[in-house]
Amino acid sequence: MSTKSVKNSKIMNNNKNGILPDKIDRFEVRIAGAGGQGIISMGMLLAKAISLGDKKNASQSQSYGPEARGGATLADVIISDKTIYFPECITPDILIALTPGAYEYYAASVKPNGIIIADSNAVETVVGSVMTVEVPILKTCLDKFLNPIVANMVTLGFLTEFTGIVSKKSIKSAVEDRFEKSKFLESNLKALKAGFELGKKFKSEGLTQIEPGICLNL
Amino acid sequence: MPLPRTTADGHPIMFVQGNEACVQGAIAAGCRFFAGYPITPSSEIAEGMSRELPKIGGTFIQMEDEIASIAAIIGGSAAGAKSMTATSGPGFSLMQENIGYAYIVEIPIVIINVQRGGPSTGLPTKLSQSDTMQARWGTHGDYTAIAIAPSSIQEVYDMTIDAFNLAEKYSTPVILLMDELIGHMREKLILKHDCELELRERCLPEVPTEWYVPYKSQTNLVSHPAPFGMGYRYSVTGLIHDTTGFPTQISAEIKSNLESIRNKIITHRQDIWKWQEYYTEDMKYLIIAYGSAARAARDAIETMRAKRIKVGLIELKTIWPFPDNPIKKLAYHTKAVFVAENNMGQLIHPVREVLPERIDIIGVQRYDGRPLEPMEIIRAVKEEIYA
Amino acid sequence: MHKLPEVYDYLRWRKRFPTVWCSGCGIGSITGAIIRVVRSLGFDKDNVTLISGIGCSSRIPIYVDFNTLHTTHGRALPFATGVKLVNPEMNVIVVSGDGDALAIGGNHFIHAARRNIGVTLILVNNSIYGMTGGQVAPTTPIDAIAHTAPYGNIDPPFDAVQLALSSGATFVARSTVYHIIQTENYLKKAFQHKGFALVEIISQCPVLFGRLNKMPDPVDMIMSQKENAVNLVKAKKMTEEELKGKIITGIFREDNSKVEYTESYAHLIQRVQNQNEF
Repeated sequence: MSTKSVKNSKIMNNNKNGILPDKIDRFEVRIAGAGGQGIISMGMLLAKAISLGDKKNASQSQSYGPEARGGATLADVIISDKTIYFPECITPDILIALTPGAYEYYAASVKPNGIIIADSNAVETVVGSVMTVEVPILKTCLDKFLNPIVANMVTLGFLTEFTGIVSKKSIKSAVEDRFEKSKFLESNLKALKAGFELGKKFKSEGLTQIEPGICLNL
Repeated sequence: MPLPRTTADGHPIMFVQGNEACVQGAIAAGCRFFAGYPITPSSEIAEGMSRELPKIGGTFIQMEDEIASIAAIIGGSAAGAKSMTATSGPGFSLMQENIGYAYIVEIPIVIINVQRGGPSTGLPTKLSQSDTMQARWGTHGDYTAIAIAPSSIQEVYDMTIDAFNLAEKYSTPVILLMDELIGHMREKLILKHDCELELRERCLPEVPTEWYVPYKSQTNLVSHPAPFGMGYRYSVTGLIHDTTGFPTQISAEIKSNLESIRNKIITHRQDIWKWQEYYTEDMKYLIIAYGSAARAARDAIETMRAKRIKVGLIELKTIWPFPDNPIKKLAYHTKAVFVAENNMGQLIHPVREVLPERIDIIGVQRYDGRPLEPMEIIRAVKEEIYA
Repeated sequence: MHKLPEVYDYLRWRKRFPTVWCSGCGIGSITGAIIRVVRSLGFDKDNVTLISGIGCSSRIPIYVDFNTLHTTHGRALPFATGVKLVNPEMNVIVVSGDGDALAIGGNHFIHAARRNIGVTLILVNNSIYGMTGGQVAPTTPIDAIAHTAPYGNIDPPFDAVQLALSSGATFVARSTVYHIIQTENYLKKAFQHKGFALVEIISQCPVLFGRLNKMPDPVDMIMSQKENAVNLVKAKKMTEEELKGKIITGIFREDNSKVEYTESYAHLIQRVQNQNEF
């Protein structure tokens, strides 16, 4: 298997907009997982931070089943400089998959030069040849916080640091807004920070060469 | 540092769901009474109203079912409060009899229908636009309905206010047709200051009580029955009635009662109609859509325009009374008209009714609970062009 | 000079007579009773809203000079709930037949009682569907004949009083058209009561129920109310066998300790607004 360079070299440069192009026509982020993992609130916080904090247009839509916990859940965030009309992902630029089901189902829809960020437990068999980053999200939650409930915050932190599609300042403010006056604010901010650190670690490994399919797996 | 809470010019700014924007719109419009029953995907509206109304001295009640909910808001409106309920397909079906009651007793109310897939329990968490016809013909008997439909979160806010204004202006129920996508998606919402809102309040009688005739319009063909407790006591009944509100069996009075609830809307349809045109100046192909389908249509048009396909959109904000004249005018020089909707073809019927036979009318329909995608519309247009 | 009856002032000034009610019907007496009680309590007509659903008794609001809502079948109570919540000062009275309140509107009946909303429900019980032409009602006695029970009714009837008691109504009484003075006394108490009040009035329908059940003379029917009525106090000493076919009258509950619904909502508003200030 040959290696090829990462098309998203912007990940490694500290570009202001991260991997977002200078002129954003339409940038799609799909977050997929199970009900109860905080998928929709992750999407909401991301879109809110981009829209109100970073002053770009952003919309968030969702798809969920009848189950409050456990069903397949999807949050789509669209980012653009223009007015956003169709609010769902057609071919995601970034896919975040927190469950094996989510990875298996949506991995093939990602743009060829896109990125898949998957929980390390989510990838069982490789689908397609899109750059895939396996991140020990749930493991980090369990190791550091003894609680998988903050997985969405760790993911959000990782996404922010690793891709730069949203500014750290805005995402922090969005989380602070969300948990205003709540006793859960501190734990969520801690988890977000753990996500930032995880992102930094992945970036600093100097991974300029990756294999198609899964490669980034620390 | 928190995210900005106001725009540069000081307007409150939020990042919210359509259902939340609806709550904000209702409060801004002066809604002070809400009765409802939980149903996906509209429950966030009831939740929001239960949170917001007590803060401003308004009243929220969760009733025992949707029939009771609509009955309660008609009672609330009869007592003088701007009143609203919110529901989805199954609840909308249950409400139909009393919506008819509101038509005939001419009491203003606002009904939000966040459409989901049907029939029956259908697809609670998925979108559809399959209550389009029910909004027009849902209850039995002859009447004319007003139904309006937003396609963005900002519009949900603005058009909830419009719905209350229309209800008060024409003393009639007004249906706001949303769908699951619009109800649950989030976008930026900019609220208006109170002084910027143009609100219509209840039109109160000015005649002495003994001269008062509740169902005789003073102006504009619209009669405005007085709220209870003002000294104007009259009979309110769901039976066909004369101008005093007393049940009648007299042919001329029956006709006059039915015609008055139709004519007050039909005569003012120009005033009610709202639509948006998009790339219509030089178009050869016209897409007609509303709500979430219109969002897909706009993306499809952007893509096709980049390939020099002359296609345009009329996005209906008013669904009922059906904006036949604007559509006729716009479609006149086109080769084909596409009706894009998230159902098995409902809006296409009135379109067929108003357009001449020489124009091809093609339905672009999706009914699997997923939103219509831009690509599906593009494919339909291309098939027509290269056929 | 001929003196006009006292109820005259409380009928609409564009009088519409005759009414829809058959001769011998009990609803006329009940209409008179309602008016006399409202008058004796000195309620301002503007401050009374009379609400009804569909049925013979539900036509009362058409003729009387209050704020009136003649609504859809079974739904009078939720309409009343809306009026009362928006205007808690209003005296809201609902008149409903047995089919209206107990069959199609049964759900609203128990929930209005549960909330203890300050509405008086006058349940006119004539044991049959009169307006639609004599079909079986949820109060029709077993074996009675109705147009949809031509071989005799097999459905056990509802006891509205017991239903109201177990649903949480705070004022519950039963009387008959024959005992019209007693009825007025109960109505008086009910209209002044703060929470949900039920007054069931046993009425007669000679034209349908009577004719189908060998009692076509209204006088006979009214006299049977007299004969069968047993006061609650006396009934307590009687056996179940002795009480068969009897109408137990009296005040079954009068409880002023529970908070009325609009009052507790007013408290809620106050609590929320106080919280928001700080």
